Amino acid sequence: MTEYLIETRNLTRTFGSRREKVTAVDNVSLGIREGEVVCLVGESGCGKTTTGKMIAGLLQPTGGQVLYRGRDVWAQDKAGFKDYRLGVQIIHQDPYASLNPSHTVCQILSAPLLHHGLATDHQQARERAAELLGIVDLTPVEDLLTKYPHQLSGGQRQRVSVARAITVNPSFIVADEAVSMVDVSIRVGLLNMLSRLKEELGVTFLFITHDLAVAKFFAWEGRIAVMYVGSLVEVASTPQLVNDPLHPYSKALLAAVPEADPLLTRHKERVQLRSQDIPSLLDLPSGCRFHPRCPFFEEGLCDVEWPALIPVGDGRYIACHKAAQG
Amino acid sequence: MKNDILNQSASQKSTEPPLSVRDLWVEYQIERGMVKAVRGVAFDLRKGESLSLIGESGCGKTTLGLALIRLLVKAATIRQGQIIYRRDGRTIDVLALKERDMRYFRWRECAMVFQSALNAFNPVLRIWDQIYDTVRAHGGMSKDQARESALRLLSYVQLDPARVIDAYPHELSGGMRQRVLLAMSLLLDPQILILDEPTTALDILTQRTILDLMGRLKAEIGFSMIFISHDLSIAAELADRVATMYAGSIVELGPVNDIFYRPAHPYTLGLIRAVPTVTGEFEDLVSIPGSPPDLIDLPSGCTFHPRCPYATDHCREEEPVLALYEEDHAVACFHSDQVRREADVMWKRHDDHQAGETG
Repeated sequence: MTEYLIETRNLTRTFGSRREKVTAVDNVSLGIREGEVVCLVGESGCGKTTTGKMIAGLLQPTGGQVLYRGRDVWAQDKAGFKDYRLGVQIIHQDPYASLNPSHTVCQILSAPLLHHGLATDHQQARERAAELLGIVDLTPVEDLLTKYPHQLSGGQRQRVSVARAITVNPSFIVADEAVSMVDVSIRVGLLNMLSRLKEELGVTFLFITHDLAVAKFFAWEGRIAVMYVGSLVEVASTPQLVNDPLHPYSKALLAAVPEADPLLTRHKERVQLRSQDIPSLLDLPSGCRFHPRCPFFEEGLCDVEWPALIPVGDGRYIACHKAAQG
Repeated sequence: MKNDILNQSASQKSTEPPLSVRDLWVEYQIERGMVKAVRGVAFDLRKGESLSLIGESGCGKTTLGLALIRLLVKAATIRQGQIIYRRDGRTIDVLALKERDMRYFRWRECAMVFQSALNAFNPVLRIWDQIYDTVRAHGGMSKDQARESALRLLSYVQLDPARVIDAYPHELSGGMRQRVLLAMSLLLDPQILILDEPTTALDILTQRTILDLMGRLKAEIGFSMIFISHDLSIAAELADRVATMYAGSIVELGPVNDIFYRPAHPYTLGLIRAVPTVTGEFEDLVSIPGSPPDLIDLPSGCTFHPRCPYATDHCREEEPVLALYEEDHAVACFHSDQVRREADVMWKRHDDHQAGETG
């Protein structure tokens, strides 16, 4: 047995035909311990959702492995795979698209319970569904069970999605931008509810987000993994990453985020990039993928050799020639 | 070439606000009833300032923006109110303009950049064709003049003009398209620019370049801007003044530092307490209970009372009006003193914490 609940080894996914291939996720190796929270951050198109889908078993990798409790999930028998699929659940980004509009909340929550034999009949499923709504702070329970998704607000729908994810008592949840589509005033409530699940149900989280402030808030005691154009560029504990980012891309991101505090945001130090262009996955730069934009670029090194993600002490990992030199 | 933009703004000196809105009401008729999207909004947009409208989805901020240039959908009616526009001693009653004159008003006097730069372009037309269409629709320039201005403005927003002007929209990235839109909005030298969620769909690094660009445009060209955003950090970054909207009304209006550090409306305070920062230390986050009201069936009295920790019987019976609370800072709340004390405590705790970190 390994120390990780979920581990990816050189996880890779390519899309497209033989003629035109796009590598959306390239050699991602990341281990997540039981009870840990890891936030995967990066800009749109960097491969974070594809990584999340592969970890949740919704997408088969074209290279590398996903290990659940030490076992390769795509190399095991049917029973083992089912066990993994029950243990790992995903919460999708868009609560308007992820719930069946023609099913009531009760039906949405009962279906997985009945299918997996976690409830013997409809009555029992209904009772369990009511209990789950209580866990995600949706009240009045009886009233909500009979509602259809369109009768709920965005925040309520997302809570139903969370309740559905925990119907099967998962040990691991992939939350893909789970709070981005919810209004700011209720976002914190949703995040606090997820934190509570972590404590009370002992769920381990992979939290995917483009919002560094949300990542910091949710994973203060966990780690942040920064992704750029398909690869991990830095993995560090949240306080380390936020207070002292090492990779030039992480530095640029933190410097670029506008903050909801006028004095803070107007006096932030800026990182000047050499180019504003995000590389196309069809035409990736040689060497380090960040080199055309990187302010610390060294010719003959960064544009030639691809930096591997290596440990630099303190449990941190970076993929950068310059930062690794110190 | 950049200088003529600057000179024009220098010649437009006057202290009269370019835009005054008074008691504006906008409603949508839908099957279920009457949606009261904008309710009694009044404000002045000052010369050269950037005013940020903040609030959650469905609070009426986009409807307000559209009403200012009368681009509302058919189902919407401007029930009552006044929109007065002023430039170089001329005064225009916007709501009294004929549709033909309205076309000249839009873009030449007041331009709007819409949410989502991806959908604002016609995908089968080159950028130049779209620019020329705009010029023809709103008037005031020959084809050669338009091309020259377009090239100049494209390089002003840090694009390669020769490449971009003959490109199709799909050949440009989101950030580039947003910059093309900004350049287009400036083409006919408007006095007012309305930007609806200008950076919402953009990535962090792209958003940064657009924010820096807008800051530069404002400083160098000096037009007046209205930003509509649900993102408080955009307001913190760019606004001179901030208006908080809730259920169709402006509930607080004041200078950006007052709004963030000394808010006096419980909804503004609630928003600030609900938003985490990345590099700040303050992490005592609280969300606002409940959810925004149904604009068809508004609560009695103050529309915020069902979610407000300070609500009393007074709030349930009577709706507070936006009134000056202190110099240049207006609030619609019966309990502003209490809110202010709470805000002071919050920021003091924050300052103490920061002092402890650095000291």
